[in-house]
Amino acid sequence: MLALQILIDGFAISTLYALGALGFTLIFGVSGVLNLAHGGLLVVAAMIAWYVGTSLGYGADWGALAGLGAAIGAALLTYGGVVRPIERSRAIPPRERELFVLTATLLWGVMIQEALAYAFTDSPVTVQPLIGGTIGILGVRTPINELLIAIIAWAVMGCLWLLVNRTKIGKRLLAASINPRALTLLGFELGTIYLTVWLIYGVLAGIAGVLLGSFLGTGSDYIPDLTGSAFTIVVLGGLGSVSGTLMAAYVVGYIETLTAYLISPSLRDVPALFLLIIVLYVRPQGLLGRR
Amino acid sequence: MRTISLRRALPLIIVLVFLAVLPLGANGYILGVLTTAFYFAVFAMSWDLLFGYAGEVNFGPTFLIGLGAYGAGMANALLHAPVPLAILIGAIVAVAGGVALAIPALRLSGPYLGLITLVAVLLLQQAIVIFAGVTGGEIGLSVPDVLSIDSGPNYEYALAFMIISGLVLSIIARSSLGMILQAAGQDKIAAAALGFNATRHKIMAFAISALFSGLAGALLVFYLGTASVSAVVDVSIGVRVIIAAVLGGRRTIIGGAIGAIFLIVAGELLRPIGQLSTFVVALIALIVIVILPDGLLGLLPSRRGA
Repeated sequence: MLALQILIDGFAISTLYALGALGFTLIFGVSGVLNLAHGGLLVVAAMIAWYVGTSLGYGADWGALAGLGAAIGAALLTYGGVVRPIERSRAIPPRERELFVLTATLLWGVMIQEALAYAFTDSPVTVQPLIGGTIGILGVRTPINELLIAIIAWAVMGCLWLLVNRTKIGKRLLAASINPRALTLLGFELGTIYLTVWLIYGVLAGIAGVLLGSFLGTGSDYIPDLTGSAFTIVVLGGLGSVSGTLMAAYVVGYIETLTAYLISPSLRDVPALFLLIIVLYVRPQGLLGRR
Repeated sequence: MRTISLRRALPLIIVLVFLAVLPLGANGYILGVLTTAFYFAVFAMSWDLLFGYAGEVNFGPTFLIGLGAYGAGMANALLHAPVPLAILIGAIVAVAGGVALAIPALRLSGPYLGLITLVAVLLLQQAIVIFAGVTGGEIGLSVPDVLSIDSGPNYEYALAFMIISGLVLSIIARSSLGMILQAAGQDKIAAAALGFNATRHKIMAFAISALFSGLAGALLVFYLGTASVSAVVDVSIGVRVIIAAVLGGRRTIIGGAIGAIFLIVAGELLRPIGQLSTFVVALIALIVIVILPDGLLGLLPSRRGA
C-alpha cells in the first residue's frame, strides 16, 4: 500500500520536476543562458493563476490562462530587459559574459520575489486545481489533479519533442544550439530564433508553474528553492541534455518522495544534494551530458 | 606590478580617518549600521579574491562565513573558550571548509562549481537544523560573551578589522600570488605551461578567502551576541555579498568594501519604503551591472580603460 502510494506520488512530483526543469535546460542548450530567475518565472505563473482564479474569483480555467500569459510576459521581459542588454554590451568582456548573466538573473529573481510579495502576499497560497475530487487507484486515494498534472506534463513534453524534431522551427533551434555562427551565415536571424526559444520557455514555465502551484502550493519565498531544484536536476542530468533532465527529474523526485515517506519529510532535500555532489565528482558533465 | 600612488590613496585615507573619528559625533544607531557594514565589507572583499582574481564562481560565500561564525559560537557557548580563542577556532574551521571547497574547484568550473558551492551552503543549513541540540537550530545560538557592550568600541574593532583585512587582501592580490591566480583563471593551460602550480595557488586562494570570511563571521557573532542561519548562512546573505562585490567593482578588493557599505547604508536609508527596499536595492545593482560592468569604482577616471 505504502509502496504504491510512493510510486504514484513520486510519479506526479517527478513529472512536474521534469516539466519545471525542461525550460531551464532548453534555454541553456539553445542560447547558453543559465537563468537563475527560473524559479521566479514559475512562481509568477502560479501567483497570477491564484490571484485571477481564487482571489478575483474568475475560476481555475481563467486563472491558469492568466498565469500562462504572465509567465510568457515575464520570460520575454527577462530576455529583453536583462539577458539581451548584457549580451549586447561592449563593456563586458565576452569571457565574463556568463558570470554577468548569472549575477544579473540572480538579481532579477530577487526583484521578482520582492515584487510578488509586495503586490500580492508573502504567505504561501495554493492554486485551485483544474479538476477537483479524488479517485481510487488499486485502493490508493489519489487526487484527480495529480493524474491530470502527469497527463498534461507528458502531453506538453510530447509537443515539445514534436516541435524540436519534426518542424522547421525545431531544426533551427537545434542548429542554433550546435553552431549559431553557421546559422547566421545561412541567412537566419539569430535574434528571432532566441526570441522564439524564450517564448517557448515562457510557455513551459507557465504550465509548470501553474501545475506546481496547484500541487505543492506557491509563494514568493519558494523562488530560490525552485531555482535550486531546477538547477540541481539539470546539472545532474547534464546541462543542455533534454533526456538527461527527464531522467534526473525522476531520480530526484523518487529519492525525495522515498525520503519524505520513509525517513522524515524535513530531510527530503538532503539525499539528492549528496547524490549531486557524488555525481559531479565522478562525472562532472552529469548523467547524459556532453562536454 | 601596480603600485599604490599617493594621489589615489589620499582620498581613501581621508575617508578612513573620517570613519575613525566618527564615534565622537555620531549616535549609536549610525555606528551600529556601519559596524555591520564593515563586517559585510570583509565578506565581499574575501569573495572578490576568489571571483575577481582566481575566476572561481563561488555562490556559497556564506558556507565559509557560517563555518567561522558557528565554529566560534559553538566553541564559546559549548566549550567555554574565551573570545579570542573561539575566534581562532572559528577561523580554523572556516579554513578547513575553504580547503574542502577548493577540491571540487580543481575539477569543476563555471556554473558547475557555482552549484556545488550553493549545495555546500544548503547542506550546512540542513546540518545546523538537524543538529539543533548543539547549534541552536532555527532559533539561533546565543553566545555568553560579546566583544563589547558599547557601540563605540564595537565600531572601532570592526573598522580596524576591515582596514587590516583590506590591506592584507590588497597586498596578496597585487603580489605574485594574485598575478598567478589571474593568469590561471584566464588561461589555465598557458599558466601551467609557464611552470606555475595552479593547483597550489588555487587552494591558497580558497584558504585565504576562507580565513578572512571566517574571521569576519566569528567577529560578527561576538558583535551580535548570537549566531543564526538567517544572519550568517542563508543563501540570501550570500547573494548580498556577491552583489556588493560586483557592485563596487570586481577585481579591485576595495570595491567589495565600497559595495558592501553602499548596500547596507542604502538598505537602511530605504527602510521607510518597507518591503520594497530590497527590490529597489536589487534594481540599482542590476542597472549598475548592466550599464557599468566595472562597478562603482569603474567611475573613477584612473581606472578607466585599465
